[in-house]
Amino acid sequence: MRTATARRISPLAWVISAVAVLVTLTLGVSIGAVSLPPLTVWSEISSNLFGTASNSTGSESTIIWQLRLPRVLLAFVVGSMLASAGCAYQGTFRNPLADPYLLGVSAGAGLGATIAIFNGSGTAKFLLPLAAFAGALGAVFLTYSLGRSAIAGRSSTALILAGVAVASLLTAIQTLLQQQNTDKIREIYAWVLGRLSTSGWNDLAIITPYILVCIIVLLKYRRVLDVFAVGDEEALTMGLPVAKARAAIIVAASLGTAAAVAVTGLIGFVGIIVPHILRLIVGNSYRILLPLSIIYGGVFLVLADILARTILAPQEISIGVVTALLGAPFFLFVLGSSRNGSVT
Amino acid sequence: MTQLSVRGLQVELDHQTIVNNIDVEVAVGQWVCIIGPNGAGKSSLLKALAGIIPSTGEILIDGSNVRDLSERDRACWIAYVAQEPVMPAGMRVFDYVLLGRTAHLKMLATESPKDLEIAHFVISELDLADFIDRDVATLSGGERQRVAIARALAQASPIILLDEPTTALDVGYQQEVLELIDKLRKEKKIAVISTMHDLTVSGLYPDRLMLLAEGSVVVSGSAESVLTPENIARHYGAKVTVIDHESGPVVIPERHK
Repeated sequence: MRTATARRISPLAWVISAVAVLVTLTLGVSIGAVSLPPLTVWSEISSNLFGTASNSTGSESTIIWQLRLPRVLLAFVVGSMLASAGCAYQGTFRNPLADPYLLGVSAGAGLGATIAIFNGSGTAKFLLPLAAFAGALGAVFLTYSLGRSAIAGRSSTALILAGVAVASLLTAIQTLLQQQNTDKIREIYAWVLGRLSTSGWNDLAIITPYILVCIIVLLKYRRVLDVFAVGDEEALTMGLPVAKARAAIIVAASLGTAAAVAVTGLIGFVGIIVPHILRLIVGNSYRILLPLSIIYGGVFLVLADILARTILAPQEISIGVVTALLGAPFFLFVLGSSRNGSVT
Repeated sequence: MTQLSVRGLQVELDHQTIVNNIDVEVAVGQWVCIIGPNGAGKSSLLKALAGIIPSTGEILIDGSNVRDLSERDRACWIAYVAQEPVMPAGMRVFDYVLLGRTAHLKMLATESPKDLEIAHFVISELDLADFIDRDVATLSGGERQRVAIARALAQASPIILLDEPTTALDVGYQQEVLELIDKLRKEKKIAVISTMHDLTVSGLYPDRLMLLAEGSVVVSGSAESVLTPENIARHYGAKVTVIDHESGPVVIPERHK
């Protein structure tokens, strides 16, 4: 008799992934206005981490350690979070078009940021991430309580519809505020499109703990996400506490997304593109999809950031524009194939 | 000895009574089949027992109340096979059968070697070994039913609820699936409650029939006592002839002249 085991990532895929991560991180740090050879990059990183001798000059050292590495790592961490949150939402809602902003995170963060930009002068820099974070979580909370009370918490469609309603309400309020203060629109617009330019290690240090915890929680639910594939009713009769599991997944995905959005603004499409490209390659099991989304979400955003920095150098394109330029056509492709039922 | 006792089961949806005051006793290895016209509440009754829709009344297993149990513990007692089980595209038969072990795993745990072994055992028992790598979404109707039953068996619950297990199947697959259920309930001492559409078929394997109309049990007992022209005329509004055959009553609709 033939035997089979549960789905897991093959050793070859692990090796390829490790190489992909190392190569993209190295490229991310070495490519830029001043091009730096990979060896210099690694010797500088090694000297900072382990105190080994570095062959880089003082300015090279600053570029690597203070400018590029924190930015590249931020891109990686945020990409991982957005892709894994999108992946988890797609699983628990059985909806191939679900993304991390499904339940109103983006509209909430946008409103929070808008309010902070309007009211802030000197303190705005400090308040902006907090306001965006609070707005994002507030929106998800609103969506969740509305969706649950609509149909006793059983229907995930009610939750998605509540998300649509909450998002349009908050976006309308944001638009209203903008129309009253047209002088700040430019600043808001820049925020909405997302950016990765950071002030050293600070942003990364603030959001990484949140994101790390959220990603670990989502990873723990990878088998549960496969159970969700048979639908709420059958999953329940198989012993899955459907409402409880979905709530935990939503909390982890939303909290992590809110933390990412707070620092980088709204970077679209990562949460849809990455899991779906992976689906086409490795199939639909979340035991494989979720870990790989974490890895390749990071890789994708680092690559997108390299493009954003180099295409029109020395000018920088918003990272959100790059991901959307790649993402929108892909989104249409997913729409087309999910109509044939091949992506779900 | 496992015995399912249901007393005064009531399902209400939008202030309408869908299932009304139902009592059933099912013993180990027994097969009780629920029949009745469309909209009589057959599927709702099964879904209430499975915990999918809310209900009131007692559901006791060996005297203890199922309502006090967590989703997981309940699933260890009662497995459910939907009328059209969802077959997720891209999922292998093996992974699908393995889902049946969910009830025996902590929520965040992954399967142990023992769980894999049980899935393999069920698969070989149901002659599905050649299918383990097939995508469940590409299976035919009969194969889907067998794979869904395999998943329920991997769940290892002493009670299995089957909603119209043969409705979508041609006569060959129908026979195959019903023979399988009949063999399993006898060998593994599983209590089976199923709904069924085809009256003649419903008289073939189950020990007892329950005729449901407008949410209430109107007649219950052996196939011979339930499948009478009078009962069918009254509750289905159909004019039929019933012929006694050695394997059970044969119900033939009469043509209007």
